[in-house]
Amino acid sequence: MTRKSKVKDYIYQPEYECLSRSEMEALQSERLKKTVKLVYENCAPYRAKMDAAKLTPADIKSVADLHKLPFTVKHDLREAYPFGFYSAPQRDMVEIHASSGTTGKLTVVGYTQNDIDVWSEVAARSLAMTGVTKDSIVHVAYGYGLFTGGLGAHYGAQKIGASTVPASAGNTIRQLTLLRDFGATHLCCTPSYAIFLGTEIQKAGMNIDDFSLVGGAFGAEPWTYQMRDELERLLHIDALDIYGLSEISGPGVAMECMEKSGSHVQEDHFIPEIIDPVTLEPLPFGSEGELVFTTITKTGQPLIRYRTRDLCTLTAGRCACGRTTVKMSKVKGRSDDMLIIRGVNVFPSQIEAAIMNVSGVSPHYMIYVDRINNLDVMEIDIELAGDLAPDKVSDVESIKKKVETEVNSYIGVSAKIKLCESGSIQRSEGKAVRVIDRRG
Amino acid sequence: MLVKQLSVFMENRPGRLYKLTHALGKEGIDFVTLSIADTKDFGIVRFIARDNERAYEILKNEGFTVGITELIGVEVADRPNALAEVVSLMEESDINIEYLYSFVLTNHNSAKILMRVNDTERAVDLLTKKGIKLLSEKIL
Repeated sequence: MTRKSKVKDYIYQPEYECLSRSEMEALQSERLKKTVKLVYENCAPYRAKMDAAKLTPADIKSVADLHKLPFTVKHDLREAYPFGFYSAPQRDMVEIHASSGTTGKLTVVGYTQNDIDVWSEVAARSLAMTGVTKDSIVHVAYGYGLFTGGLGAHYGAQKIGASTVPASAGNTIRQLTLLRDFGATHLCCTPSYAIFLGTEIQKAGMNIDDFSLVGGAFGAEPWTYQMRDELERLLHIDALDIYGLSEISGPGVAMECMEKSGSHVQEDHFIPEIIDPVTLEPLPFGSEGELVFTTITKTGQPLIRYRTRDLCTLTAGRCACGRTTVKMSKVKGRSDDMLIIRGVNVFPSQIEAAIMNVSGVSPHYMIYVDRINNLDVMEIDIELAGDLAPDKVSDVESIKKKVETEVNSYIGVSAKIKLCESGSIQRSEGKAVRVIDRRG
Repeated sequence: MLVKQLSVFMENRPGRLYKLTHALGKEGIDFVTLSIADTKDFGIVRFIARDNERAYEILKNEGFTVGITELIGVEVADRPNALAEVVSLMEESDINIEYLYSFVLTNHNSAKILMRVNDTERAVDLLTKKGIKLLSEKIL
């Protein structure tokens, strides 16, 4: 893209975001020790885990000892449903969030006022990267509620002092009307919903030139660089990736700066590690593996070495933006949503990247996996781009062929491609469901 | 001297053609021609309406994947070999006919042929030179 960037990225808290490696490690060590002591003394599951590993808080002297601590997984949190992972008394909790799983119980997260302050601070740092200031108007189209997206973006915008429009999810026409008429400068929602909003502008008889948008923070689902291009083109903005998970805090755990090459982890609050998801051994910077977080400033429900299941790489060093915090790559997949098709490991994000390389199709797709005669069969339904005007059957066939070739060369597994009418694939206003595995 | 035609991409499943025809029908759009190129998964519906521009607007607003193409239309006598003569004219000049359909209006003794070729300009030239009557939208 040759377009000049509209967003002015600024560093909200240089005193934490630009520390040298040794300063950061010293700060992390001090905070880690406090947190380990806190959970050992106040959270029964952690005391049990540490006792089983024959560890006491005194064994953790610095971040170098982090790897000695046991992991925490989502299942642990579900086992302790609802409040078993609290390290603070119920009366100190000021907010409770919960995320739904596809099966079983909710994962509950309690926040003390301190935790809400931490969350607001990291969300504010994140929005500063997309140029949000007191003068901005931030339109939050994430769902408000138990899901942390809405309130996380809200707290960040409030912390900065921007005008916040808590639109929440749903009602596309109203969203577009508010965005245009209130002169929103920033949009926060899932990237797939943002693309949907972008494509609906014209249909609603509106013109993007009448909007005042310059940037936005998009997250809660993995997305590709190609989707970014699409989103930036549709909404005339700089679109940045915000990362978070409710167990750790919510959106703002990491955020992309205007270099658009990885997200800065707010590591003075959340220590990131990369591990091999099979051997569980820590991996050095630059290796791809599963992302693990330890919260070191939270007091309500701190988590030690929480396995996110997100696959990515971490890199250290000073970024061109001036920040020195560790950067995480885009999430390349999840260690638990990996599909195994005819023995090949396939991540939906790879399929998406392949699809987006072909012109003539939209970023709206659905992957179906079936087992027919004991053979795994994958079908990908993709919408044709809305501005396409095919007249010959061969026009459509050649697009289909291109997608087939691209998918096959990306993932090494062939898929049946079905091209669909524009607008026919279900849009989601929360996290997009893109894979339906019917193999039972 | 070309005839405008609308092409709509459509999934090959029940209800789709109704949605298209109903969208236009309820707005009072009259079809002059309609043909469908079908494959297992999808089809391309090609048609000419009395008011193509309005039909295009309506379908675009309803979210259809629609485009406008220009076709060559010729009128020939309704008798054996008339179509073959036009086709052979194209063939001799190495012009490929990508698709073609024709229809006969009952109260005329002529047939109308609509086709898309890979070299429209040259085809029009050839047909004109041969004195074959080209159709414009109004004739339809």
